[in-house]
Amino acid sequence: MTPSLVTFSLIAVYSAMAVYTLAFIAFTVDLAKRSSAAPVAVAATTASSSAAGRATALLERVVTDQPLAAGRSRALKAAMALTTIGWALHASAALFRGLAAGRVPWANMFEFSLTATAIIVGVFLAVQFWQDLRFLGAFIVGFCLILLGLASVNFYVDVIPLPDALQSAWLVIHVFVAILGTSFFALGAGLSVTQLLQARREAGRGGPGFLATLPSAEALENLAYRVILIGFVFWTFTLIAGAVWAERAWGRYWGWDTKEVWTFIIWTIFAGYIHARATRGWRGSRSAVLAIIGFSAVMFNFTVVNLFFKGLHAYSGL
Amino acid sequence: MSSSRPSDHYDSPEPIAQPKLGVGGYLRFFWRQLTSMRTALFLLLLLAFAAIPGSLVPQRSSDPNGVVQYSTENPDLYKVLDWFGVFNTYGSVWFSAIYLLLFVSLIGCVIPRTRHHFIALRARPPKTPARLERLAAFTSRPFVANTGTADAATAVDTAARLLKKQGYRIEVFDDSVSAERGYLRETGNLVFHTALIGVLISVGVGGGFGYTGQRVVVEGQKFVNVLGDYDSFNPGRFFSGDALDPFRIALDKFTVKYELENQDAIGQATNFTASVTTTEPGSDPRQTEIKVNSPLDIGGSQVYLLGNGYAPTLVVRDPDGNVVWTDSVPFLPQDANLTSVGVIKVPDGLAEQVGMVGFFYPTAAETGSGALTSAYPDLVVPLLTLRVYTGDLGLNAGEPRSVYALDVATLTPVAGKGSDLPSLELSPGEKVDLPNGLGSIELTDVKRFASLDIHHDPSQVWVLAFALLVVAGLLTSLFIPRRRVWVKVVAGSIEYAGLARGEDPTLEAAVEDLAQKHAAALSLRLKS
Repeated sequence: MTPSLVTFSLIAVYSAMAVYTLAFIAFTVDLAKRSSAAPVAVAATTASSSAAGRATALLERVVTDQPLAAGRSRALKAAMALTTIGWALHASAALFRGLAAGRVPWANMFEFSLTATAIIVGVFLAVQFWQDLRFLGAFIVGFCLILLGLASVNFYVDVIPLPDALQSAWLVIHVFVAILGTSFFALGAGLSVTQLLQARREAGRGGPGFLATLPSAEALENLAYRVILIGFVFWTFTLIAGAVWAERAWGRYWGWDTKEVWTFIIWTIFAGYIHARATRGWRGSRSAVLAIIGFSAVMFNFTVVNLFFKGLHAYSGL
Repeated sequence: MSSSRPSDHYDSPEPIAQPKLGVGGYLRFFWRQLTSMRTALFLLLLLAFAAIPGSLVPQRSSDPNGVVQYSTENPDLYKVLDWFGVFNTYGSVWFSAIYLLLFVSLIGCVIPRTRHHFIALRARPPKTPARLERLAAFTSRPFVANTGTADAATAVDTAARLLKKQGYRIEVFDDSVSAERGYLRETGNLVFHTALIGVLISVGVGGGFGYTGQRVVVEGQKFVNVLGDYDSFNPGRFFSGDALDPFRIALDKFTVKYELENQDAIGQATNFTASVTTTEPGSDPRQTEIKVNSPLDIGGSQVYLLGNGYAPTLVVRDPDGNVVWTDSVPFLPQDANLTSVGVIKVPDGLAEQVGMVGFFYPTAAETGSGALTSAYPDLVVPLLTLRVYTGDLGLNAGEPRSVYALDVATLTPVAGKGSDLPSLELSPGEKVDLPNGLGSIELTDVKRFASLDIHHDPSQVWVLAFALLVVAGLLTSLFIPRRRVWVKVVAGSIEYAGLARGEDPTLEAAVEDLAQKHAAALSLRLKS
């Protein structure tokens, strides 16, 4: 029973990776098409808003429905369809893995990566119902593809029972919420990178042509902010849930374990990001850089800290 | 509004004049600097940065052995880093300075904002601006008042009712309604920041009243919560000895479950259970369990199961067969298969003082080189080997000695490494003679021991309560929009306008929605 489920899971992982690869290609084709088709003079649509917005509160107009026909590109539609199929395979891989192990599929580095990437892509797909963020497809799918590939090749371990310290309901809550937070930070990072590129272009310093089909830097910043806020709430919860669990399992709620330290660092960086939005001179590109640093810290915490740092969160299984 | 926020808040106007400053002026200037957004942001990011070194080198608090190892491997670097307090990063002067400054800055921000918010909570919505079309969100609907001002009054009244129903605080003027909502946003913001201060104070002050202690208990033995019964004890700063809650814990049985089916994890321990009987004054003894992830709450303290191992029970007899020493000695596990090392000291009753270093193998096996090792953590083929030494154990000098260490440098080996005889080997139930006619030793039983951590931290619930307030404050401050809206009847149309206070991405949609609902309600009222 179990070996076959594990095999199903692996087959699904590799199929998902193949489909994601196609989706990634389609996303980049879409970006390339946008570049070639983009009208030259779409810039400077929002240049006037800063002067008007000075004295009153924040004049935010989230530009969601771009007037351009880019959203109807066939490549983009194909990319989204492929991503959805890939995600279905990916999710079933995580599901089979969980069934094979008889527990949640996030108890070692391979499973973390498998499930985290599935949730990131899932959040990316779900978020489209709220805002059209399909232009982040290449970033998100490419990122998850790399992580999934690394995990399958380098981090793979067989299903083994949970060590005693992980046998807790908090494993389900704490880790799941941490991954959800990571997903929103990933989207925020993608938006912030785009924002930086867009700001460069708006300043007349050039950049890839497809930027002309994307929202303005200010709109991107507002989107990034909203996405990261959600991530920040999840991260705060992760921190507290982790402390409650640590009290149960290790006898103290906070002990500056390496993983705890990095979770704290990430929380502080994003707290800084939120304050940066309200600080003169820090809005715009500077806060975008903070968001990117924050997400880099998340990835550092997930990879380097898990694999190379000594600490109590030694559950990579490697 | 601007006065309550730091002067460099995004919403505040640009500073203009730079007057000359006296001493008081400079103090105020530095206070303003400290409580400015920019400084707070800088301190916040500096705090994140300053936390990094503590994750790169071992910390005394969480990994004392790692620090010792670091000092032997990198003696020069160790001295430099130690001078900076990097091995105690989170208690170091510089780290403390950053977060204390940050919290002072925070307090300097929270107090004026709280004062301002109290005033705002009691204030009425402001007068309707003259030119609504200049506001961030604006829309209008055509409206022609038929019968003088009566229709206009109805329109205003309808708007007032509608806004009230939507949770706005309203103020009706002649031809317009001014409304404000979302006061909870600022309340949440203040709760969030105040609760952070609460967490810091609970941790800093409350933690000082607690204690942590460790005790190894062998099956069949008991632990009484008095200072003398602890193996090690770390009191908080304000701890006094009489704060120990009276209770007793007897370890009846310690069971370990091993994975037997999964080929990839044979022998992995999947469950540790300490079955204990607890006694508290004034109540009957109670049988319960302590597990990993499931500590025992007793008398205001928590008892955690943090370690375990084997404790061989040994009996030492003199040449005449009289028992001179017997004990269950906890052996410290050395690897995953519980190869364990322990020390036996027999100071009295034999011709000489005898010390022994024992190696215990729960499932003894030979490695390729012929050395013994343990192949499995459970008791399958248990074997105890003993190196025997004679001489002065140093117990009579009055110096405290670790029960887990034997200084063999001053002793004479009589069996095992350094002597002519091989180590003594014992299986459970076996008895062998000690060398030189000293007597005999018998391994009567192998018990398990549990290593218990007893924690008492009265501030813990406070930290949790403040942490929950942090989340509650965060949610309300981030997701409740604070906004003002106005509905105004002008010639030929009704104007609707909204102004966000703080982040409010849905303002325009809300104003548009208001216009739609109001127009619908109004036409209904005018028709009837």
